[in-house]
Amino acid sequence: MHVPDGFLDAPTSVATGAVAAVAVGVALRGARRELDDRTAPLAGLVAAFIFATQMLNFPVASGTSGHLLGGALAAILVGPYTGLLCMATVFLVQCLLFADGGITALGTNIDLMGVVTVLVGWTVFKTLQAVLPKRLSMVAPSAGIAALVSVPAAAGCFVILYALGGTADLSLGNLAAAMIGVHVLIGIGEAVITFLAVGSIIAVRPDLVYGARPVLETRELEVRIPGAVA
Amino acid sequence: MKVSTKVVAAGLLLVALLMAGVVSRFASSDPDGLTKVSEDHGFADTEKARDSPVGGYGAVTGVLGVLVVLGLAGGVTYAVRRREYDDDREHGHEHEHEHERVE
Repeated sequence: MHVPDGFLDAPTSVATGAVAAVAVGVALRGARRELDDRTAPLAGLVAAFIFATQMLNFPVASGTSGHLLGGALAAILVGPYTGLLCMATVFLVQCLLFADGGITALGTNIDLMGVVTVLVGWTVFKTLQAVLPKRLSMVAPSAGIAALVSVPAAAGCFVILYALGGTADLSLGNLAAAMIGVHVLIGIGEAVITFLAVGSIIAVRPDLVYGARPVLETRELEVRIPGAVA
Repeated sequence: MKVSTKVVAAGLLLVALLMAGVVSRFASSDPDGLTKVSEDHGFADTEKARDSPVGGYGAVTGVLGVLVVLGLAGGVTYAVRRREYDDDREHGHEHEHEHERVE
């Protein structure tokens, strides 16, 4: 979903750039609370993993492919603030080194594929965690559902930006239907990759998954009760 | 199975390098969702394309990209992480007074 230069007009690109700058600033402050000496070394690796996975376009419909966005995955693995820093780094390198996404559209891409997917992914994940049983086995499926929702949400936000500052005169209804339709399909791939990645780390080291920590704390309490009675 | 943080880190790096360096050659070359929609809806020609300094995604440039992202993101997150002395400083006043009294 990398937006190139030219799709959105200059005022819209300046505005999305400003939003991205503020969001990264907020993330730099917030990430400090999420990162300690144990988890900090993993954050860079999560960003590298997302960069690599974004290279793997999978077919979704005739003549159309999609790839992982990764905001929900990053937020659940390392926390939403750190996750946004990881995503912004990926888009910066893709833009400058690979000309993937426009230079004037860097803010747009950080906003759509970083801020929106992190915010929507994390909100859906935390909502599921609040309503579902507090079990470790719920974390990876919840992460998958959060990832699924995050992709069409980003596509929908692109349509909103296009309505504000798109450079071609289009039927926005048709654009919305096409963008959200194909990105629901891409979201299914996003869900599978996110489920597998989160599930793999939970299988070996659940304490390294930021989104699993509340469930682990609950589990520790459950273990201590019979010990205290005996 | 409980493994060390180093093993998890090494596993993540290995998977990232394998995906960028090997699996990427099997990636679909069809246009992605947005590009396809822009073609179907007649605004693909509004794109202002430019050349990649490294010649686009390939096995070698993909591995290079993984390492650059790792260095940048790792550097930023390492720099902003919470350190031991930060925790001390936040609760510093009480500790200082206790310390003085002991001495």
